[in-house]
Amino acid sequence: MAQPRVLVLRAPGTNCDLETAYAFELAGAKTERLHINRLLEKPAAFAEFQILCLPGGFSFGDDLGAGRILGSMMRSHLADALREFKAAGKLILGICNGFQILVKSGILVDDDPATGLPPVTLTWNDSGRYQDRWVKLRTSSSKCVFFAGIESMYLPIAHAEGKFVPRDGGVLSQLDAAGQLALRYDGNPNGAIADVAGVCDSTGLVCGLMPHPERHVDTTQHPRWTRGESGPVGDGLKIFQNAVAYWN
Amino acid sequence: MLWEVDIYPAVGIVDHLGKKVAADAVQLGLGDQLRVVAARGYLVQGNVDRAQVERIARELLVDTVVEHAVIGCTGDEALNRAPEGTASAVHVLPKPGVMDPVAQSALAAIADLGVPVDAVRTFSKYWLSPLSAEQCQLLCTKSLANDAIEQYIVGPITWPKLELGAPYTFKQLSRPLRDLTDEQLATMSRRDQLYLSLAEMQTIQNYYRDLGRDPTDIELETLAQTWSEHCSHKTLGGRVRYRDEHGTREFKSMLKETIFAATTKIREQLGQDDWCVSVFKDNAGVVTFDDQYHVCFKVETHNHPSALEPYGGANTGLGGVIRDPLGTGMGAKPICNTDVFCFAPPDTPADSLPTGVLHPKRVMNGVVSGVRDYGNRMGIPTVNGSVFFDKRYLGNPLVYCGNVGLIPVDMAFKEAKPGDLIVAVGGRTGRDGIHGATFSSAELTSESEHLSGGAVQIGNAITEKMVLDVLLEARDRRLFNAVTDCGAGGFSSAVGEMGEEIGAEVWLDRAPVKYDGLSYTEIWISEAQERMVLAVPEEKWNELQQLCASEGVEATAIGRFVPTGRLQLKYHEHVVGEVTMEFLHGGRPPVIREAVYAPAPVEPQRLPEKYNWDYTPELLAILGSLNVASKEWIIRQYDHEVQGGSVVKPLVGVTNDGPGDAAVVRPVLTSRRGLVISNGMNPCYGDFDTYHMAASAIDEALRNCIAVGADPRRIAILDNFCWGDCEKPETFGSLVRAAIACHDLAMAWQVPFISGKDSLNNEFRFDGPDGKRQSIAIPPSLLISAMGQIDDVSQAVTMDLKEPGNFLFQVGLTKDEMGGSHFAVTQGLSGGQVPRVDVSIAKQTFVALHNAIVAGLVRACHDLSEGGLAVAVAEMAFAGGLGARIFLHQVPQQVELDAAATSRLLFSESNSRFLVEVRPDQVEAFQQLLAGVPCALVGEVVASDRLEIIGLPQQVEIDDGDATEERAPLVVHAELSVLKEAWQKPLRF
Repeated sequence: MAQPRVLVLRAPGTNCDLETAYAFELAGAKTERLHINRLLEKPAAFAEFQILCLPGGFSFGDDLGAGRILGSMMRSHLADALREFKAAGKLILGICNGFQILVKSGILVDDDPATGLPPVTLTWNDSGRYQDRWVKLRTSSSKCVFFAGIESMYLPIAHAEGKFVPRDGGVLSQLDAAGQLALRYDGNPNGAIADVAGVCDSTGLVCGLMPHPERHVDTTQHPRWTRGESGPVGDGLKIFQNAVAYWN
Repeated sequence: MLWEVDIYPAVGIVDHLGKKVAADAVQLGLGDQLRVVAARGYLVQGNVDRAQVERIARELLVDTVVEHAVIGCTGDEALNRAPEGTASAVHVLPKPGVMDPVAQSALAAIADLGVPVDAVRTFSKYWLSPLSAEQCQLLCTKSLANDAIEQYIVGPITWPKLELGAPYTFKQLSRPLRDLTDEQLATMSRRDQLYLSLAEMQTIQNYYRDLGRDPTDIELETLAQTWSEHCSHKTLGGRVRYRDEHGTREFKSMLKETIFAATTKIREQLGQDDWCVSVFKDNAGVVTFDDQYHVCFKVETHNHPSALEPYGGANTGLGGVIRDPLGTGMGAKPICNTDVFCFAPPDTPADSLPTGVLHPKRVMNGVVSGVRDYGNRMGIPTVNGSVFFDKRYLGNPLVYCGNVGLIPVDMAFKEAKPGDLIVAVGGRTGRDGIHGATFSSAELTSESEHLSGGAVQIGNAITEKMVLDVLLEARDRRLFNAVTDCGAGGFSSAVGEMGEEIGAEVWLDRAPVKYDGLSYTEIWISEAQERMVLAVPEEKWNELQQLCASEGVEATAIGRFVPTGRLQLKYHEHVVGEVTMEFLHGGRPPVIREAVYAPAPVEPQRLPEKYNWDYTPELLAILGSLNVASKEWIIRQYDHEVQGGSVVKPLVGVTNDGPGDAAVVRPVLTSRRGLVISNGMNPCYGDFDTYHMAASAIDEALRNCIAVGADPRRIAILDNFCWGDCEKPETFGSLVRAAIACHDLAMAWQVPFISGKDSLNNEFRFDGPDGKRQSIAIPPSLLISAMGQIDDVSQAVTMDLKEPGNFLFQVGLTKDEMGGSHFAVTQGLSGGQVPRVDVSIAKQTFVALHNAIVAGLVRACHDLSEGGLAVAVAEMAFAGGLGARIFLHQVPQQVELDAAATSRLLFSESNSRFLVEVRPDQVEAFQQLLAGVPCALVGEVVASDRLEIIGLPQQVEIDDGDATEERAPLVVHAELSVLKEAWQKPLRF
């Protein structure tokens, strides 16, 4: 299969869908932006796609906590469809709000079997407020297919609730040992435990990250491109290329 | 049952809200001993049991990794137990009817879980100890709750159920005025918050006398909305007799003969090359961009609501201006925001505030977060802005919000057709924002909070985002003939304007409402947010309904455009109002105003007279002054990169924290063409001469644009006049004078104004300590917003120094123009000549510099503004992390080289100047392109961590006075880290 099809999921308040679709297209994928209501009407629509992407934004205003409402809807109505999607060895990528949704839906990190609730969360930055700034990142495991061949990246973050927190040290060491804490900040911007910026599931095919790779696919998106510090393409493009390459 | 869910941070998790309140308490003088534990909470009403509420809490409301909840029925003992020690509880809730987006979302999400709940309200809960009753009241009113929108309850919430509004019983109301005296008419205008002049009330009285009946309440309200200053701009568009030192000038319409006239003449002169598309007509001004798209731009103000409720006022200010491009032509896609705020200094002593005034720091925090939460949620980058501080903004802070939109070239015009349905799309109508249009046209007083609380609104950005998504899809499927936004005046203005040439009948009972109890008049004039009005052909209505429903957006036909020339308002079968479009839009008597301006004579200014003075402390004082200081605290809270088109960010340089001149964005990701957004404003100059203030503001907006690479032949500008009480001839005179400058400068530069806005009556009236009525007027505040274009964004330039060994050129002449300068402001010096614009040389300068930028000869460029050359070079140096050396004797200048010359060369704020970094091998080419305009090599970039400015050479005595020698003193020398810290520290909140 040369050109995988990407479903870029839209919901009320999603706002990075266009540029995320554009990044996937630059990487050679075919994309379709679909509203969550279309999937709720017809969960089988997932089957037509090889990659599911949950882009950034404020789904449902993040009114009950970042990603909470859409995460809950996915638990209630799309759990089976998503389980099939994962079982078919397909890829899921959540960026920023998409990462928050994945965490809260239980798709990315398995629920605690005792309580049926997620063992990790993304919560308020230590600063207590939203911030937009660029961060250095390094990968810390080879498990995640999205980060294949990437050692470090320079990408922007833009979030208020991006601090990764596990329930306890046991959860942290378990995820770490499994190689799931795949992306770390070099210079922690939000107080995330263990500098975690991105997480993958136990297969490495489902990934969520707080930074925005779609905001660094073009050379002039780099904050210091006028100083000659950017390459011919942005660091984030490789993530989308990896997703496409997985299908080749 | 009414359940209460209190949600606390778990053990070991920071209580952000509690910390903030404790900090507020310190500021309010309550000491640092106050312990605060804060919770957020929900009231959940419905026929549900504890297990169901616990499920809702676990699955939706509480993040169990970092939070824990206490659940009970209201009044339950468990809810009333302090989490630690003894403390008293305060609950803060939005007042009934105030928009509560979180409660709305919670209700919908709970329904999605399948739990039957009737109503939800949110609240915050604070456990406070130790605190006296008086201290508690102070904290509640000054920090925890704003009476305009919130209520607080000391002690537990004991309500058995939530009030959900009572059904409305129809009653037709009339407003008898045919027999009123003039005095009674004036009283009626004020009491009913119509804020119409006596002449206008008399016109209405005569109209109804001729009709042989009295107006109904809704007719009178419709006229008041349509004729309000806010909606009709009757003062600026009206007749004016203006007198100044050049004599008397009569205007039939002041704006038409100044600003509009300049644009018309420019377009005529451009002929075939005219690149304006639609100006001063639609909700935003439209100009060409490329083969596929036009761009439009609008900047609005939301001052009066922001004074009363800073968060909500600013929130809906941005929400409102986003609907302008969305309601322009057939609908433009919003692509970036800009915002400019004016506040009183944040360190104003709390005990010096007049009654009814919120503390400026509270205003600033509220405004900044209000804009943040709307812009970020809409997914529109906020790319440019400014903040100005002056104590005269105490009672009247200014909040300017702007939005740029992208519109396909064949979608720039619209026309509602007879027979089209009037369709309301988006948010429901509530009692929020009643009388916003008339209120914004009145003066604020210390009593405004009580009179006009209903004019304050809270936005729900996600509703607007949903409207945006379906509206652009409907546009591309051509499902409507016209669109406009519901802003001030609500349906009244939107339908009245769209149907002006046709006529309309409106079915008010069909408008969806947020709660029961709204009268037909409230529905008609409510300014509830997030609503757009479309003109939809009957045959497209079905498809539009389906499209809206598919994304959960409400769309309702509330009337029809009918070719009657009349506006007919119906509630069920009752005709509750009927006026002719002719009287509504053409019946208002013209406003005739006197305007006078007497320019103040130039007073002498006492500048320091030492050639070897160390000016480093003065430079540090300007860098640390609030207007110049870094606004990073604000900028970082705004997403400036969403949509992926960011090219030059608001903060630039080696550590991403230097002050960029203008933003560059690439709105079409597949193209390299860019838009440049900047602004210019300097209220300090207005006290000297508003003509030169306006000219300088335009110059600043243009040079900011040009500094990053915009083509000077493709810059469009907007005016925003915020002024005091323009019924005072002197105040209005200062505005007319600024408008004349706008005309003259636009003509000289061939830069068209494409849209504008005014906000008058920015005066705050209150009873002073001596019991006398006092008034604070804002300084004349003209914001010029500029939208430039750049052929290829790879030509863009940033202001940070790039490489050691490069040369620094000053472009433009330094003159003795220190009046109103930041040097004068920070040193407390009055007098002096305010900066003027030499148009004979400015245009040439801009074009020459642009040619050098396009030729790739400019490594860095920064405009010279507040603080002049010294501040510009300091900013360039610390932004680039590179030292610089400047030689003052090389500066291109026209100043008297006396003992005070040093301060002029360093700090004069003459217009049309830049500091430019050029590589040694490109100096010759650069100088060739700049030939004919003032330009000189003034220094170099050095591989050090210091800024050094070498003063004018002087003969000094040596050898005990036996001989003299020429020496050039070091007049500024400082480490970059010291300069940068002075600049960053003041607003690092």
